[in-house]
Amino acid sequence: MRSLARLWPYVRPVRGTLLVAALAAVLASCFGLVIPLALKWIVDGPVADRDPPGVWLGGLVVALLGVAEAGLAGVRRVVLAGPLAGVEAEMRSAFYRRLQRLPVSFHDRWPSGQLLSRATADLMLVRVFLAFPLTFLLVNGVTIVMGFAVLLLQEWTLGLVLLAPVVPLIVLCSLFEERYSRAARTSQDRVGDLTTIVEESVLGIRVIKGFGRHRAQEQAFARQSALLRESELRKASLLGRLWGLVTALPELAIGAALVLGVVQVADGGLTAGTLVAFLSTALALRWPVESIGFLLAVTNDAAAATDRFFEVMDAPQAPPDAAPEPAPADGSRTGRATVRDRGLRLAGVEFRYPDAPAAAPPVLRGVDLHIRPGETMALVGTTGCGKTTLTALIPRLHEATAGRITLDGQEITALPRARLRELVSVAFEEPTLFSASAGENVLMGAAGAGEAELRRALAVAQAGFVHSLPDGHRTQVGELGLSLSGGQRQRLALARAVVGGPRYLILDDPLSALDVHTEALVESALREVLATTTALVVAHRPSTVLLADRVALLSGGRITAVGTHHELLHGNGEYASLMSGPERRP
Amino acid sequence: MTEPADHDVLSAAQGASAALLRSLLAPARGRVRLTVVLLLLQQAAVQAGPLLVAYAIDRGVPAARQHDYGPAAAAGACYLLCALAAGLMRYAVVRLTARIGQDALLDLRGRIFRHGQALSVDFHERYTSGRLVSRATTDVESIRELLNDGLQELIGVALSVLYVTATLLYLDPGIGGAALVSFVPLSLLVRGYRRRSIVVHRARSTAIAAVIVKFTETMNGIRPVQAFRREAVNDAHFERLNLEHRRTNTATSLAMARYVVCSRLTANTAVAAIVVWAAYRVAEGGLALGVLAASVLYLRRLYDPIDRLGMFLNSYQSAAASLEKIAALLAQRPSVPEPAVPLPLPDRGADGPGREVVFEGVRFGYRTGGEVLPRFDLTLGAGRTVAVVGATGAGKSTLAKLLARFYDPVEGRVLLDGVPLRDLAGARLRREVVMVTQEAFLFSGTVAENIAVGRPDASRAQIEAAAEAIGAHDFIAALPEGYDTDVRKRGGRVSAGQRQLISFARALLADPAVLILDEATSSLDIPGERAVQHAMRTVLRGRTAVVIAHRLSTVEIADRVLVMADGRIVEDGPPAELVAADGHFADLHRAWRDSLV
Repeated sequence: MRSLARLWPYVRPVRGTLLVAALAAVLASCFGLVIPLALKWIVDGPVADRDPPGVWLGGLVVALLGVAEAGLAGVRRVVLAGPLAGVEAEMRSAFYRRLQRLPVSFHDRWPSGQLLSRATADLMLVRVFLAFPLTFLLVNGVTIVMGFAVLLLQEWTLGLVLLAPVVPLIVLCSLFEERYSRAARTSQDRVGDLTTIVEESVLGIRVIKGFGRHRAQEQAFARQSALLRESELRKASLLGRLWGLVTALPELAIGAALVLGVVQVADGGLTAGTLVAFLSTALALRWPVESIGFLLAVTNDAAAATDRFFEVMDAPQAPPDAAPEPAPADGSRTGRATVRDRGLRLAGVEFRYPDAPAAAPPVLRGVDLHIRPGETMALVGTTGCGKTTLTALIPRLHEATAGRITLDGQEITALPRARLRELVSVAFEEPTLFSASAGENVLMGAAGAGEAELRRALAVAQAGFVHSLPDGHRTQVGELGLSLSGGQRQRLALARAVVGGPRYLILDDPLSALDVHTEALVESALREVLATTTALVVAHRPSTVLLADRVALLSGGRITAVGTHHELLHGNGEYASLMSGPERRP
Repeated sequence: MTEPADHDVLSAAQGASAALLRSLLAPARGRVRLTVVLLLLQQAAVQAGPLLVAYAIDRGVPAARQHDYGPAAAAGACYLLCALAAGLMRYAVVRLTARIGQDALLDLRGRIFRHGQALSVDFHERYTSGRLVSRATTDVESIRELLNDGLQELIGVALSVLYVTATLLYLDPGIGGAALVSFVPLSLLVRGYRRRSIVVHRARSTAIAAVIVKFTETMNGIRPVQAFRREAVNDAHFERLNLEHRRTNTATSLAMARYVVCSRLTANTAVAAIVVWAAYRVAEGGLALGVLAASVLYLRRLYDPIDRLGMFLNSYQSAAASLEKIAALLAQRPSVPEPAVPLPLPDRGADGPGREVVFEGVRFGYRTGGEVLPRFDLTLGAGRTVAVVGATGAGKSTLAKLLARFYDPVEGRVLLDGVPLRDLAGARLRREVVMVTQEAFLFSGTVAENIAVGRPDASRAQIEAAAEAIGAHDFIAALPEGYDTDVRKRGGRVSAGQRQLISFARALLADPAVLILDEATSSLDIPGERAVQHAMRTVLRGRTAVVIAHRLSTVEIADRVLVMADGRIVEDGPPAELVAADGHFADLHRAWRDSLV
């Protein structure tokens, strides 16, 4: 439960409101307690005395108390409504902001369903906790302590009898808390797993349909939801036990006090009036005590939810951006860079996935490569040799574990990420479009690019189809819009990479989904762009390689050869086998 | 043009959500009844307390003074019994309601999931994954809240109101009647609250769905998000959606606050008014003082459950908004429905030549408009390998999707060995016709499990044989744990080409009569592609194959080539003939030869 304390930074801004709400709750419950007393006074006083003005006065007092009670209860709810929704929203935004900036390797490990359930279900639990248990644990706790003080003052022997169950209750509650919080955690994790299955089954619907696998997917889902049901029932069983005990134990004590009290009254040690007053006070404490079971359960759920929230927030972030070096006034930095340093240079670059087993060799071990300014370098290698991984290091989607990467002599780790990613533009192998218009999807490649740049980029990528979409380049695409074919998405992704003429361009197999004609058209248009850009192009086939001035062969985690296509074709066996045309039918 | 799935709320028949809730609770009817009985008993045990106290004081004390401790002991024993019974029954009620709720949720989750899986691909393309996910998660969650606590609340409230009203009427019909009159404004308040809150809850559920859509889109596209520095723009957009959710969230809380304040005010005013009125009657001698005293105390109790009723209504409204959306989702009929009476397919025989595919007068256009495939006829002979080529957008993939029955043609029919696809049971069709697409989606789990998607009962040897056949074995064996390597989040650590090989192996393992390859090798390197080409000659034996490819290397193994342009088949014949004929294909072929250098 200690984890709830970590909510403080988010709760701090609304602490005043929470205080007001707690005060209102305490006052409202006080007024609520006074109303029966006022009613008793009317009955015993004015009514018994046949005193009409007194009745009116009493009625007025009761009415006023009633209005005050209702008003205060309303105040609590009204002042809390906005701010608590605000706390939930702020936590969700913070979560989202953090997730967007966590390294890609984090996202590789975490199924997005698990993240989603933390951002929704768990944060809702936290809000419920702040709205109810937080206030009422306090209010009820105070009520109970006050009540016991009154009881002890009235008759300390009987009071002690009522206090007897307190110790076992505390022990039981702490036992319960421990087990329940474990059960709550299990349950919430299972919700996350269930969310993951739902998400995958929706994203992979074509494969599932294609293989008629929905039955199996349903079974997996059924298994997972049966697990969830089981852990929810376990929670209910624990909760039922606690509620049962919390209901029964104090009642048992009251029963014992009743018998003792009767005996004492009979012995003349106690007046009947005192016993009645004592017992009615004890009965009035029943609800605050009983409610503790429910309040503790919600508190535990919220604590587990908070843990899950901070598990993600505590994940190691990408190393912070280096402090920007003061730019030399005369722009001598580029001047200082020798010809050797100019362009894109990788030196001794090594990379291993952070979660890779210790014994596994690094994916990249000592990559040395120099792409001269304005040069286009093709990157060739067998499937799965690390080409895509290598391209991810340059915009720092992954961080190289050793070695240096420099742009015009400047280490990329010394550049702020935003600046680096502005300089380096990427077209990914998997062309993901976002829920936005086709035009916006392209223009997100370059800040401040306008209609003219958009048109040029679309032309380079041969994405003229955009103009014949229902609303032209304003047509919504992506998750919430029109679904485009693989080839269409790839061309838009390509347009996004080249829009606004980036200094450095990385293309990961940019033409794989295009037909031969389109490919040829894109190639000739790309050549123009590439002429003035320093580019790294991952290529699988000769036609793509021919876009490049030189070719680098990636093999065994190293660049084993660099040269022109023809040089390598004749001088390098591995390259020749990678690039030689497919076998002909005899 | 309004597409139903473009909106978060699909339309559903009136009363669909109530019917859904009823059908969820129907199997638990016995348990619900038992819960009611237990709650009745539990209330009785709890309410007995004050009576026993009264008995102990009125009878026990005088008796004890005579040294007869019997009555006091009896009262004490009864009190202890009631305490134990109340505790036990509370435990039983909590467990029972949890059981009822969880069973209903299990049922509901299953229904949403199965239905989502049964709906056609075109529905998924329009409804978006985020919305479906939010139906199965947050919407179910709000129903969970209702079932968990709401049921207990409602029964408790009803019981307590009934009990107290009956007692009041018994004590004094006048006061009881006055209390009944006070129910009129209260029920109006409840009605008003229900009307208002369904609106705000609906808005809230829509708002959270929008948040979820944005969230999943961002997390699933985290690479481009970071590479194109979308973080700040996304922050702002998310903030906007989140604010909208915050606003609707606040609105629901305020609606509740308004209800609580108004009804509390009404109740407290009613208490004051009734007390004054009753006091006058006492003064006039029309009412006994004791009755007034008792009534006053009971009146307070009568209105106690107002807040609890509000909480119930709150969770009910929130659940109702969710139920509405779920019911509407469940009311969607798959546009590619299962046949009522599936027709059998003739046996293929162990070494049969695959199956014959006939497109008969088929015409197709997507719902979003535009005719994609004008009416055409086409016969693909059993065991033949047919390549389909043409520019992007020429309709090749649409042809494949019709054959895989992801869509039904608008007109005409597609026949497999003479049986219309519409009349084949889904499971049967999927065993016979398998499509491998460029996307190559991998599920979380191991490589072996991913291949076994094609045939769940396959042995490890069969899985490895399938991988071997298309040249995927070497790279899989080189993975840290070989076939047992977890591909993690959608194949994060497996390259696109390797993913295609895995999904190819998956298709092979399924051993279909008709295999459709839609750009299935686009990300392979040349040796990989060559290995696949080589494998295909053996793999495609005994199958009908439709191969869509941009790279004509794949076409080389085809017996027949279809060239498509603008949805029409413009050339059709054996590859060698078409190359010689100097048409579209000859053009393409030349361009491709050039591209090989």
